[in-house]
Amino acid sequence: MPGTLRALVAEDQTLLRVGLVRILEAGGMEIVAAVDTAEALADALTRDDLDVAIVDVRLPPTFTTEGLEAVVRARSSRPDLPVLVLSQYVEPLYARELLAAGNGSVGYLLKDRVVDVDGFVAAVRQVAGGGTVLDPEVVAGLVSARPLNRLTDREREVLTLMAEGRSNAAIAGRLYVTEKAVDKHINNIFTKLDLPPAPDDNRRVLAVLAWLNAV
Amino acid sequence: MGRAAPSSTVRDSAAVEAPLTWLAPLAPVPAGRIDRAGLVERLRLTVVSAALAAAGIAALVLAVLMVASFPALLSLTGFLMLWLVVPLAALLTRAHRAVAARLLGEPVVARYSGTTDRNPFLAVFAWARDPARWRDFAFCWFSGTGGLIMSILPVAFFVGPLIHIIIGLAQGNWLWFTIASVLYGPAWLVWWFITVPLTRGRLRADRGILDQSRVAQLQQRVDQVVRSRSATADHSEAELRRIERDLHDGAQARIAAAGMNVGLAEKLVHSDPDAAVELLREARDTTVGALEELRTLVRGIHPPVLADRGLVGGIEALAIPIPIPVTVALRLPRLPAPIESAVYFAVAECLANIAKHARATRAWVVGDHDGDTLRLTVGDDGQGGADPRGSGLAGIARRLGTFDGTLTLTSPDGGGTEVRMEVRCRAL
Repeated sequence: MPGTLRALVAEDQTLLRVGLVRILEAGGMEIVAAVDTAEALADALTRDDLDVAIVDVRLPPTFTTEGLEAVVRARSSRPDLPVLVLSQYVEPLYARELLAAGNGSVGYLLKDRVVDVDGFVAAVRQVAGGGTVLDPEVVAGLVSARPLNRLTDREREVLTLMAEGRSNAAIAGRLYVTEKAVDKHINNIFTKLDLPPAPDDNRRVLAVLAWLNAV
Repeated sequence: MGRAAPSSTVRDSAAVEAPLTWLAPLAPVPAGRIDRAGLVERLRLTVVSAALAAAGIAALVLAVLMVASFPALLSLTGFLMLWLVVPLAALLTRAHRAVAARLLGEPVVARYSGTTDRNPFLAVFAWARDPARWRDFAFCWFSGTGGLIMSILPVAFFVGPLIHIIIGLAQGNWLWFTIASVLYGPAWLVWWFITVPLTRGRLRADRGILDQSRVAQLQQRVDQVVRSRSATADHSEAELRRIERDLHDGAQARIAAAGMNVGLAEKLVHSDPDAAVELLREARDTTVGALEELRTLVRGIHPPVLADRGLVGGIEALAIPIPIPVTVALRLPRLPAPIESAVYFAVAECLANIAKHARATRAWVVGDHDGDTLRLTVGDDGQGGADPRGSGLAGIARRLGTFDGTLTLTSPDGGGTEVRMEVRCRAL
């Protein structure tokens, strides 16, 4: 990873905020701000020295979805601002709103995922690098509800990993197959779902998700 | 006059079965418009008034007999009189209820306390405690006094001139005819104006005295509320038990296990670091499991998206994972949380049913709130034939019933399914 990432943390629960800061610093990032209200977050999101923001959906004062709303607003003026949204629960509705605002550089994960420290830091770096990371639970919920009967089990696995924002190499490593085989599966998925082939990882994910939501 | 009452009674009760034009609902006949329909309607009401007046005389007789029997209750005579008179009064009021109901076009209902298999002496005491019997008594007095006058006026104003004119004509006495016409002509004018309001007033008074349908309605509502409240109490009790058990068997147990693992790791960290790391990893996985269980539990109690976004956002979120296109068109303010929750789960159940059973190609959730009632329809274009007694729908109805809500299912075979919900509630 080139240089030190400058990160913003917005989380109202002190223990979690301190924990997040500690994990990110241990992962070699610099914390430029750690805020605990939606107001402070909105201000912090306008900083120029920001490479990535890690934001809790639920913040004071109303403890509903202020964090998400602040992010959506900020990304309407800075569509490339990398943001990783954390939540106690994931909701496809919010994933859709998040994806609709801005392009790429976005993540939506359960707070539980933070316990996998290395995986979490990797996800932050992926988002900062322009990638899309969605919690497996969002993807699984959508995939299981759709009539994707035309897909084989293996293709489903590939689709789920793809929507989580993993690269072909990572998918290959995870499923113990060659990258070429993954390529073939992905092409099959694109054909079966009538999606135009897209080379870029990020657009690939978005295309699949758009299809899942549009049906 | 003794004969007039039974004859009118017989005709009235016959009217309950066969629709007679005599007893058609009151027609709107403004006094300003003089036409055939107005004349026919007024003649009809005059005949009805005549019958009511005749019945009023019978009612007066019954009322007097009832009063007379009260002092006689000290002997058997009083009881004998009441056994005869009270059922007769009931018969008479029954006929009047039927007439008033037919002409006013609204049900007029009595609720007598049951006296069928009682000792005849006790029956009298039961009657004395029965408000419906006292209404009969009051009605007999009204019908024989004020009511009688109200009913006799249209008849008098119509028949009076008619008789004199007929006499004049029959005897060929033109002087008589002319005097009668001049003197009594205005009486017919009066008749034209008073017949409709007097008859309507009389019928409304009858209904006012005899109708207990409001009482019946209130009684029914109370029964319903009592039933739904106890069902809700049972339901919440069961829910609380389920939550307690889920917490106890799930998250609590997992957190305890994680704590144990961490404690063990603390002991081993110097002597056997590898084992300690393994234990810590296990503890970490266990907490993830606990969080997962808590999340599932919370979704079942009060879905977070509903708390965050209200019904509109909640229902939009419900629609996303449904495998067919769902149109969500809702214009709703934020409503009290328990109602949002009940309606949310109702819609969730309906959408789940559509996904599972309906074989539909599309579905819709449409609703609005007009200031005091929430109306919401969940529909699909599937195969229809949904069973209203299905446990899911019955559960929804029960849950909505707690808030005085109603659920209507329309699901013809092959014609799609529509579930309509209505809940009275104020916006927040």
